[in-house]
Amino acid sequence: MSQALDLQALNEKARSLRLEILDMTTHAASGHPSSSFSSVEILTALYFGGILRYRPNEPDWPERDRFVMSKGHAAPLLYAVLAHAGYFDREKLWTLRQVDSSVEGHPVQGRLPGIETTSGSLGKGISVGLGHVLGGRMNGLNYWVYVLLGDGECEEGQIWEAAIAAAHFKADNLVAIVDYNKYQETGPISREMELEPFVEKWRAFGWHVEEVDGHDIQGIIETLKAVQKVKGQPSVIIAHTVKGKGVSFVEADYTFHGRALTPEQAERAREEIRCG
Amino acid sequence: MRLGGKGGLKPAKPMRDVFGDAILDLCRQNPKVVVLDGDLSNTTKTLGVRQEFPERFYNIGLAESNMVSIGAGLADCGLIPFVTSMSAFLLCNAYDQLRISIAIAGLNVKVVGSHGGITLGKDGPTAMAIEDFALMGGLPTFVILVPCDPASMHKAVRATAEHVGPVYLRSSRVAMPHIYPEDDCPFEIGKANVVREGSDLTIIGCGLMVAAALDAAAMLAEEGIEARVLDMHTLRPMDTKAIAAAARETGAIVTAEEHLLYGGMGSNIARVVAATHPVPMRFVGLADTYTDSGDAYDLLEKYGMTANDIVKAAREVFAAKR
Repeated sequence: MSQALDLQALNEKARSLRLEILDMTTHAASGHPSSSFSSVEILTALYFGGILRYRPNEPDWPERDRFVMSKGHAAPLLYAVLAHAGYFDREKLWTLRQVDSSVEGHPVQGRLPGIETTSGSLGKGISVGLGHVLGGRMNGLNYWVYVLLGDGECEEGQIWEAAIAAAHFKADNLVAIVDYNKYQETGPISREMELEPFVEKWRAFGWHVEEVDGHDIQGIIETLKAVQKVKGQPSVIIAHTVKGKGVSFVEADYTFHGRALTPEQAERAREEIRCG
Repeated sequence: MRLGGKGGLKPAKPMRDVFGDAILDLCRQNPKVVVLDGDLSNTTKTLGVRQEFPERFYNIGLAESNMVSIGAGLADCGLIPFVTSMSAFLLCNAYDQLRISIAIAGLNVKVVGSHGGITLGKDGPTAMAIEDFALMGGLPTFVILVPCDPASMHKAVRATAEHVGPVYLRSSRVAMPHIYPEDDCPFEIGKANVVREGSDLTIIGCGLMVAAALDAAAMLAEEGIEARVLDMHTLRPMDTKAIAAAARETGAIVTAEEHLLYGGMGSNIARVVAATHPVPMRFVGLADTYTDSGDAYDLLEKYGMTANDIVKAAREVFAAKR
């Protein structure tokens, strides 16, 4: 695993990941840039902030911590992170969504090293992660399992089936992180399908709940470390984020959900990300 | 006449009980096997595993979607999860999870659907899996196994565990008579068994309908028609060689299955026959309908899945051959 970076380097890493997402999706002329942007700091903290234990040259290392990307449409972010972590050559990123490339529109397990689950459709990550927890117990291994959920994804019934089960099985090495950017594909969550009172829902299901600014890398790292002390119940971190974070005109327009920026828009966005 | 009587087959215990014995045997032999249950262990007969190996048994409750994706996570850990429930509930509730969490990456998860077909009987159409072949057929990486008697169930369970990759295994509530001697059942995934030789036509059956096919063959023999009978225990990968040989060597084919005709075994066999050696065919199975509740054998009779129905189809196809 790579050495944990200092805060300045982490912020720089987040900036470069955002640029990769922008370039990948614009080059592919499709993808989900805004859903990827909102999770950048969360994955930066996990992969480069000294939280996740992993070996890029041994992706199936049995003792590794698992990162389960449940919100599969943030695939461009996952690919950029895995490339930067050293799982595969960065050049692969420019083959996103192209025929004969394993850099699929949504992550497919087994097609690239480091992908722990197939995703897109949504709702499956906690269940898969719980399988990793139970399997780890049977194999006598003690690792952490982190699952990244979208907020709209939490409308899926399976999330709550899994929430019941994870509490039942006292999966205290399971940590779900919700990228709560407050928008689903067709509009604001509060208008389309309200999730509030969100914290109370998780608590009622038996989970330990923390809230954090999802763009504050230091705060995310501290919260991830804090929940490692929780015993007997799974933890969820509600990360308050901004959809499209880092590019003002994407932040202001939720219709960028499943839409890449044009080369002209990308040029403006690149300036904002560099200066931001 | 009881099923298998005409064909001289010995009665056996219900297939779900045989599955219960087989999965318990497997757990004793292979420490990597884990059983997941959708709160129906008394119905699917995995209860023995729960009692003998509580550390390798998880009741996930009435949450099939969650159960299937948990199975994927367990397979990631190098274990061999058997995800078990009533087939209709499991497949229909968790089809998205079967597809996304297991099938696309081809994970080593085993899915056992109990109470396949209409012969669960009195619980009625909501609980019947009349579409499981079609549904699993829609998941290209899944091997599909349909054992037809106790010996073949034991072999199928072992083959399911040994195969690396996703497998669907159909279990049933009904008793299926012995087709094979207890310890002498050839079972190679993708290789159909010839259970009766004949040159006038071929009856290709799976599951319960193999016994019905043997009954039918005995009845046809009395009319001077010698039917070959194939036990098509694997629906994918399908034994195209055996199908082509049957078409070429016997010149007429009847298929028999306890499943919807639409998207079932017969339609897939027809695809192979059409592409290799077209011959007259007839299809015994469930027409486009949901049945009512009732005694298993009353239902088979009412909906046209008996030895008599196979005989009728065989006469037609034999006449068409000339």
